Amino acid sequence: MSDTPQDLKYSKSHEWVRVEADGSVTVGITDHAQALLGDLVFVETPEPGTQASAGEACATVESVKAASDVYAPVSGEIVAVNEDLADGPERVNESPYGDGWLFRIQPSDTAEIDALMDAEEYAAMVESES
Amino acid sequence: MTLKTTPLHAAHQRAGARLVDFAGWEMPLHYGSQIDEHHAVRRAAGVFDVSHMQVVDIQGAQAQSFLRHLLANDVAKLKTPGRALYTCMLNTDGGVVDDLIVYYRGDEGYRMVVNAATAEGDVAHMRAVGESWDVAVKTHPELAMLAVQGPDAVAKVVPLLPDELRTAGELRPFHAVWGKDWMAARTGYTGEDGFEIMLPAERAESFWDGLLRAGVRPVGLGARDTLRLEAGMNLYGTDMDESTTPLVSNLGWTVAWEPLDRDFIGRTALEKQRAEGVPAQLVGLVLEGRGVLRGGTRIETPAGDGVVTSGSFSPTLGVSIALARIPAASDHSELIAQMRGRVMPVRRVKPPFVRHGKSLLDGTR
Repeated sequence: MSDTPQDLKYSKSHEWVRVEADGSVTVGITDHAQALLGDLVFVETPEPGTQASAGEACATVESVKAASDVYAPVSGEIVAVNEDLADGPERVNESPYGDGWLFRIQPSDTAEIDALMDAEEYAAMVESES
Repeated sequence: MTLKTTPLHAAHQRAGARLVDFAGWEMPLHYGSQIDEHHAVRRAAGVFDVSHMQVVDIQGAQAQSFLRHLLANDVAKLKTPGRALYTCMLNTDGGVVDDLIVYYRGDEGYRMVVNAATAEGDVAHMRAVGESWDVAVKTHPELAMLAVQGPDAVAKVVPLLPDELRTAGELRPFHAVWGKDWMAARTGYTGEDGFEIMLPAERAESFWDGLLRAGVRPVGLGARDTLRLEAGMNLYGTDMDESTTPLVSNLGWTVAWEPLDRDFIGRTALEKQRAEGVPAQLVGLVLEGRGVLRGGTRIETPAGDGVVTSGSFSPTLGVSIALARIPAASDHSELIAQMRGRVMPVRRVKPPFVRHGKSLLDGTR
């Protein structure tokens, strides 16, 4: 059974979002998503400073099995990316909600965060897809 | 449809396997990390459940002459009991029906191990061809099969074998020993030393448990695929099938043209293709940049386009590698891959990519 922390928000395309104290949001892919992909071998993160719109592909995770786009769950500026993933993509598999985070966005519209799913809704969606 | 399971199904579940449908069998894809499993085989030892593969025995007065007709390689090369041979079985068009290993067992005839996905059709084909020969085609669903591969495989396996198979440790590659109902062969699909072991289904679980207790790591189909790809070994159904001949599949070396009067199925078609000019070749590719070559990726060469037949990430090399079928006229070493809207340079190499844990990409090969 995959792990779905209660304190995060989730997108339909299997990204998670954590609201940080400074108002920025950290984004990664869920435990369920990493398990489906299998061992990651490459992660491409966006350039800090780029503007992302909600639903836009802005990172790529590539596993032994397939390449998959990661979408911005909310609109805003990319303010940080996880540089450690370039040499250690397995962090996403080992710690999808911790060391395996992908990038941080400074949201331009916090209403987009509220519109995301909570843990219960996301778990129900995963259940219905399986 | 209910998936078939092997005698080790419960053992896989205990080991935490992620199980998937493979050719109608519920088989382990990995037990956590397929990359870790891959490294375990290159550096120590891993065990694969390959009980979904089919064991077929050919016995009878005409067993040898039947197989000399059925198979593109020549079993007459197997002069002493225990020798084994890799071969294709062709249709009359020269297309590959399956690839297999055949073992010579002296008075007991020959044993073949064929792919799971093609097993049913293979056996039907053998029986149809065999009707005009004095042979019996017998399958062995009661046998399990394990492959134990890696530099430590021999040391881990030999103490667990029945006494009658203890000489397995001295076997040379492509040689086998057998007892009443076990058989051990120094063969595999990884480019490492090791064994393929056939044994009674009811003994499989205790043998498996013994291997795990000895520190051998369970390995799933995911790592099996990256290991065989690094070893430059074709996968039936992706790198070759009934529409491709051995000559366009880098398997010309498995076709025994001599003696000239041996009439094997597909010979006429292969001779015609050879005379008219073989149109394509299967080559190795390395992508030095970031990204992974996948089956279906288009490869551009100055002599025309080709396609990746199987591609993945090579855990040993840290880059993507592939087998690709390209025009025979292309002798260029630098080619172009069209990947997800990006154009990436790829380097052509001669497979294998890795052997006995070492990269073969650089140096004086």
